[in-house]
Amino acid sequence: MSATPAIASRPDRVAAPATTGHDAAEDVPDAVFELDDVDVFYGDFLAVKGVSMRIPRNEITALIGPSGCGKSTLLRTLNRMHDLTHGARVEGEIRYHGHNLYEKGVDPVEVRRRIGMVFQKPNPFPKSIYENVAFGPKITGIKQDLDDIVEESLRGAALWDEVKDKLHESAYALSGGQQQRLCIARAIAVQPDVILMDEPCSALDPIATLRIEDLMRDLRHTYSIVIVTHNMQQASRVSDRTAFLSLDVDDAGTRTGVVVEYATTNKIFTEASDERTEGYITGRFG
Amino acid sequence: MSVTSPVAPPATVPPLDPSSFVRPRRRALREQAVRLLLLSATLVGVVVLAVLLVDVLLDGLGGLDRQFMTSYFSTLDPGSSGVLAGWTGTLSLMVIVASLAFPLGVGAALYLEEFAAPGRLNRIIETNLSNLAGVPSVVYGLLGVGVFVYVLDLGRSLLAGGLTLVLLILPVIIVTSRQAIRAVPGQLREGGLGLGATPWQTAWKLVLPQAMPGIMTGSILGLSRAIGEAAPLLVIGAAQARRATSNPLDPFEGFVALPLEIFSFVGAPQKELQALAASAIIVLLGLLLTMNTIAVYLRNRSTQS
Repeated sequence: MSATPAIASRPDRVAAPATTGHDAAEDVPDAVFELDDVDVFYGDFLAVKGVSMRIPRNEITALIGPSGCGKSTLLRTLNRMHDLTHGARVEGEIRYHGHNLYEKGVDPVEVRRRIGMVFQKPNPFPKSIYENVAFGPKITGIKQDLDDIVEESLRGAALWDEVKDKLHESAYALSGGQQQRLCIARAIAVQPDVILMDEPCSALDPIATLRIEDLMRDLRHTYSIVIVTHNMQQASRVSDRTAFLSLDVDDAGTRTGVVVEYATTNKIFTEASDERTEGYITGRFG
Repeated sequence: MSVTSPVAPPATVPPLDPSSFVRPRRRALREQAVRLLLLSATLVGVVVLAVLLVDVLLDGLGGLDRQFMTSYFSTLDPGSSGVLAGWTGTLSLMVIVASLAFPLGVGAALYLEEFAAPGRLNRIIETNLSNLAGVPSVVYGLLGVGVFVYVLDLGRSLLAGGLTLVLLILPVIIVTSRQAIRAVPGQLREGGLGLGATPWQTAWKLVLPQAMPGIMTGSILGLSRAIGEAAPLLVIGAAQARRATSNPLDPFEGFVALPLEIFSFVGAPQKELQALAASAIIVLLGLLLTMNTIAVYLRNRSTQS
């Protein structure tokens, strides 16, 4: 961190660069995702524009920003979950380990198997704890011993000790925090490469939130994680890199999400180069 | 309160007077009147139904014996007439209708909700299905005559009658199934798809089980309607009575159903036959009740698992 170029030691002395804050791009040698001038549309509505960023492997990358700036929208383009919204469309290029995710012939089902997702509200299936975790391996035809996969995944999600005696009880009987860890266990049961998390703690209490954050730090050694969060403290606590998104308002009043700045979390929180980032982080708006 | 405060003191709250809690007489009266009105509206339905049921049971239970269930309708020997042809016909019809209308209806609903693009065409289809659900059953009878009896050359057979009833209740099943499927929360689908499940796996393993209770309710409604229909079967030309030699389970044979048979009993000139109408009604009600019980049982089982 000490070697970061002094591109913006004091925000007030540096005008916001026109190509907003892609300075972290160069120092990501091993990228999982490379976004190249990505525009995301809902029908004719441009929701997020001009995103170029490299998301590193085995790190936690946080997307922060005010409500409605397109954080979740951007996240959902990374595993083609965005496709499910009627009329949704992506322009530009999103490369996953060098392969264009939106190329013709890419099967979104296969993409989602490799790039798992955890949602804002815990959404366990109306089945037993065991069946929740075994669901993914079953449908994707993983032939190993399911019992082993279930135990391993639940251990991986730091939930095993709490549920090992009630694996066949309904997942709905778990607390919110446990349900969310179950959803994480469910996601890692299909052995993904990346886990996308869309505000995974927004429905949880502070204790449960801390447990998930601890878990994320552990998971980072095995998976690459991209997390959307409303909570700046959370971003500063868990993430290695942070992208700050905001809304551009044009003369006609159309609001479009943009990545204002993307850098190591340390840098974003201590020496943001853009005054909008600093304003958001210090709580002046958002 | 010797210190004058710059803020005006709050207006004094009057002491609690218990009489102020008594509702004014006129409002209380109106409340009572409305309650009575609603109660009588309820009673009209319930009482009429109960009287009807008791009347039918009193009239019909006497004629309901083994011989009644195992004999055919006969004007030559009215005393030993029965509803064998009617209840076997109705049962066969129900098997045909349930086994075709349920998969077709649920399949169409799944396609329209989970796979088809939710555009204008889909909305037009939805509106038209709702309208079709309200089309008088005689119209379906005419369609059945045209398509099944003549074009497909099935004759005035059990199969033609069954297929006509399938068409009749298909819109009801599709519309109610769509509503049940739509009520399944989207996050369940996202959960499945996010794990790499295909849309079909998601629909089959997650959405459908969750929607099953609602789908079953719609199907029960549809089947109950089909079991009581006489008009479309009359138009098809179902036999008024059945020859003793014909096989009631042969889908290409002529057939008769209980509602038609009840009609024959009521319309017969012989006193003995008219008296048996109530017994036939009890058989129909019994069949309906059995069918609904099975459906409710299946529905409850599908919610538990």
